[in-house]
Amino acid sequence: MSEPPLEASEIRVPVESDVDIVAARQKGRALATRLGFSSSDATIIATAISELARNIVLYASRGEIVLIALDRGMQRGLIISAKDEGEGIPDIRQALQDGYSTSGRLGVGLPGVKRLMDEFDIASETGKGTIVTVRKWKP
Amino acid sequence: MQVPILKQGPYLIASIQSALTDADLLQLRESLVEQVGRYRSRGVIVDVTALDVMDSFASRILRDIATMIKLRGAETVIVGIDPDVALAMVRLGLNLEGVATTLDLEEGLAFLNKRTKSDGKR
Repeated sequence: MSEPPLEASEIRVPVESDVDIVAARQKGRALATRLGFSSSDATIIATAISELARNIVLYASRGEIVLIALDRGMQRGLIISAKDEGEGIPDIRQALQDGYSTSGRLGVGLPGVKRLMDEFDIASETGKGTIVTVRKWKP
Repeated sequence: MQVPILKQGPYLIASIQSALTDADLLQLRESLVEQVGRYRSRGVIVDVTALDVMDSFASRILRDIATMIKLRGAETVIVGIDPDVALAMVRLGLNLEGVATTLDLEEGLAFLNKRTKSDGKR
């Protein structure tokens, strides 16, 4: 059985329960390993996915994690998008502050995820939803 | 997947075998807190060697377990945090402050033996 070319890889994982959180991070780890990331980076990627998927379950009830392999010759990496159609984040700057959580739980939240990855983008519209996109490049 | 808990002398040993869902972690917490009373255990070891990821939820539950077991009069030690998992935890800003950790099961047993013995002498 031949593997599809990496540049065509896009994996969508629906997220609405704790079981989906585990499925999303396991798929992310598998893809990271296939892309040649070290086991340590693969664990970092899986951890980031776990946190992003947990945010979806916690704040929006349901959404999806989209994993995209980036293969541009010398540059390989992984994009993770966490999308939901929840309430949105009214104050993004506040949500990016360490120690801030509206759920009242000990989430490390978005600042923690930002520290795990190389690039971090967030777009959110009140009442429409949130998309967090993070990238990790293979060193 | 439920985490098997073995009773070994005065200790309980919970060996995590695979990735755990939030529900599995909550179940583990409940079982340990209950069994420490049923078996009058002096100590609890949670072996996390096979845990794929230690995210904020997993760390919170492990801290809960250690605190609740302490309130029940026994000691807890977390053993086998993988180097990759340790790195991801540090980057994420997680620590297991106030929770005893050792390298592996052997060290964990030695830790509990020392800890529960010195308690008896006090």
